[in-house]
Amino acid sequence: MVKPVLLFGYGNLSRGDDALGPLLLEYVENHFDLDGIEILSDFQLQIEHALDLEDRSLALFVDASVSCVNAFDFTVLTPARDKSYTTHAMSPAAVLDVYQSIKKQTPPPCFLLSIKGEKFELGEGLSPNAEQHLAQACQFAAELLHNRNVRIWRQLVNRKQQICVKQTGISPKDARQDSHA
Amino acid sequence: MYEQLETAESRENLKRVVVDPISRVEGHGKVTLLLDADNKVQQARLHIVEFRGFERFIQGRPYWELPVLVQRLCGICPVSHHLAAAKAIDQLVGVDPENLPVSADKLRRLLHFGQLFQSHALHFFHLSSPDLLFGFESDIAKRSVIAVLGEYPDLGVQGVKMRKYGQEVIRMISGKRIHGTGAIAGGMNKSLTKAERDYLLEDIDQMIEWSEASVALIKKVHCSSLPYFDDFGTIRSNYLGLIKPDGALEIYHGGLRAKNANGETLIDHIDYCKYNDYIHEEVRSWTYMKFPYLLSLGTENGWYRVGPLARVNNCDYINTPLAEAARVEFKAHSGEAMVHSTLAFHWARMIETLHCAESIKLLLHDPDIMGHDLMAQGEKRYEGVGVIEAPRGTLFHHYQIDENNIVTKANLIVSTTSNNMGMNESVRQVAAEYLSGRELTEPLLNNLEVAIRAYDPCLSCATHAVGKMPLQLELIDAEGRMIDKLVKHSDGEIERTSNG
Repeated sequence: MVKPVLLFGYGNLSRGDDALGPLLLEYVENHFDLDGIEILSDFQLQIEHALDLEDRSLALFVDASVSCVNAFDFTVLTPARDKSYTTHAMSPAAVLDVYQSIKKQTPPPCFLLSIKGEKFELGEGLSPNAEQHLAQACQFAAELLHNRNVRIWRQLVNRKQQICVKQTGISPKDARQDSHA
Repeated sequence: MYEQLETAESRENLKRVVVDPISRVEGHGKVTLLLDADNKVQQARLHIVEFRGFERFIQGRPYWELPVLVQRLCGICPVSHHLAAAKAIDQLVGVDPENLPVSADKLRRLLHFGQLFQSHALHFFHLSSPDLLFGFESDIAKRSVIAVLGEYPDLGVQGVKMRKYGQEVIRMISGKRIHGTGAIAGGMNKSLTKAERDYLLEDIDQMIEWSEASVALIKKVHCSSLPYFDDFGTIRSNYLGLIKPDGALEIYHGGLRAKNANGETLIDHIDYCKYNDYIHEEVRSWTYMKFPYLLSLGTENGWYRVGPLARVNNCDYINTPLAEAARVEFKAHSGEAMVHSTLAFHWARMIETLHCAESIKLLLHDPDIMGHDLMAQGEKRYEGVGVIEAPRGTLFHHYQIDENNIVTKANLIVSTTSNNMGMNESVRQVAAEYLSGRELTEPLLNNLEVAIRAYDPCLSCATHAVGKMPLQLELIDAEGRMIDKLVKHSDGEIERTSNG
């Protein structure tokens, strides 16, 4: 039986702040009852991850990003082909596009939680700033997982955008997908 | 050869064109072209931007951590690093390959076939097929392959499912899709259960069928665009790889064989633990990546290529029937002892994919993979070498440890390093043959990328941070002023900045 909510964090634990996605998943595993939530961690997004979206009611991608406006951003994902695409570093939108092309149907509601990272060198740990960003993102993820409802998640996206625009004048939507580390 | 283009005779009055990074390869690469006033290429180089520091990452760790630790070096072929490290640390616990329990040996081979299968499928269907099926500049090539594509409407679905199947083989054996712990010093930590074996058997016939169709597809694509596909980025080179004792294709364990461009054997059945006696690495000032070469031929003539093209060229035969039939056709098409076409990497890659699928089926029907004699032990040693044929080519892991079992020295020669000279030569060939004297455009520069992608290079293992950098082309004049710049973002949007 497929669990309705997929929490998918990706990044390399040995590459400094690239570990932010998998580390958020560790937090969730240690603090939540995982009934109804599937945890999936990987180095990179790949084409076969489209199959992990099958029969989900909600999916949350979690990744490090070099250009988050704040400590973390929360956005809605829509399918989009990476035209210049590098299969070794697919965007989440491209995974949704693969899903759409192979399943011939719209993917389940998918959201992206991006956490701001700075350093990505082999053998490094988390940077001090990334540790703070992770703590804030974990709190936000807790709010999401206590409210596993598409409507509420969309409201949170809107709320996050309004706060962001108010503080910085920049919408997280404007952040390029290629800014994700 | 095009080595004369490695360094221009005079750098005065040359414009510099930068392609940074190479898109659709793993990591950051940069091609620089120095052009004269007539847009003739005077210098062409492939630079590796990132210094990797693999060895420093490994030194100071206890040896038993290595099979798990080294998987973090590469997000695409972690299993290859895992198995190369496991083979090296087998020796540290005194276990030579011939003493590994039969079940452990076969499980490792099955794991490796799964890895190659999924990596090759990913490369072919989703990395290179846009180039191969839609053409990279030539309208003639484009027309011929679009007709072929019409015959394979389900290609994308097959690619995803083949990749997924290979990942499932890995997951069943090592417990996880990534960071699994299948191989340990002296053996394996688990065998397959009957249920796991049966699960993998369910789809294997489909995988063989699709692999066979993929070979037919790439053969058709290649042969429908001759002589273009035979000539594009093509260089004559030496080839290196592992080989079975009887000369058959080998990807897990064997001796080293090298052949020259005429197909004459240079070294054969060499114990890879003595690789240092046959292979050295040259450092050049303009790039972080070293240039390996066969010691007997020297730096100028001793460079070689590795990977699918080298393996299929070097072997006497393949020990699975469908792949062997495909190999015979492959070799026959060129009319030469060795196939030198750089784009033939794709064809050779799919022949290996078919071989992997056939081999997976054979192993799944072998009761040894469910055996329980999985570990061997011997006397401790202080040095170990593990060599394996990774998807991209021969991969060397060499470790030394101290009395406390801590790694004191590590040396890795990754496949892409071995192909460094080959990729540079192909870049020069494309630059000289296709770009020289022409106005530069993004599709033209894509030709350079196509040549590099054929090698399936891994320029920056183990991070997916590549996506943060767009494709960037810069035109810089002799005074160092940037006069034109094209940025292609990952969503396909092109941004131009001109100062001219």
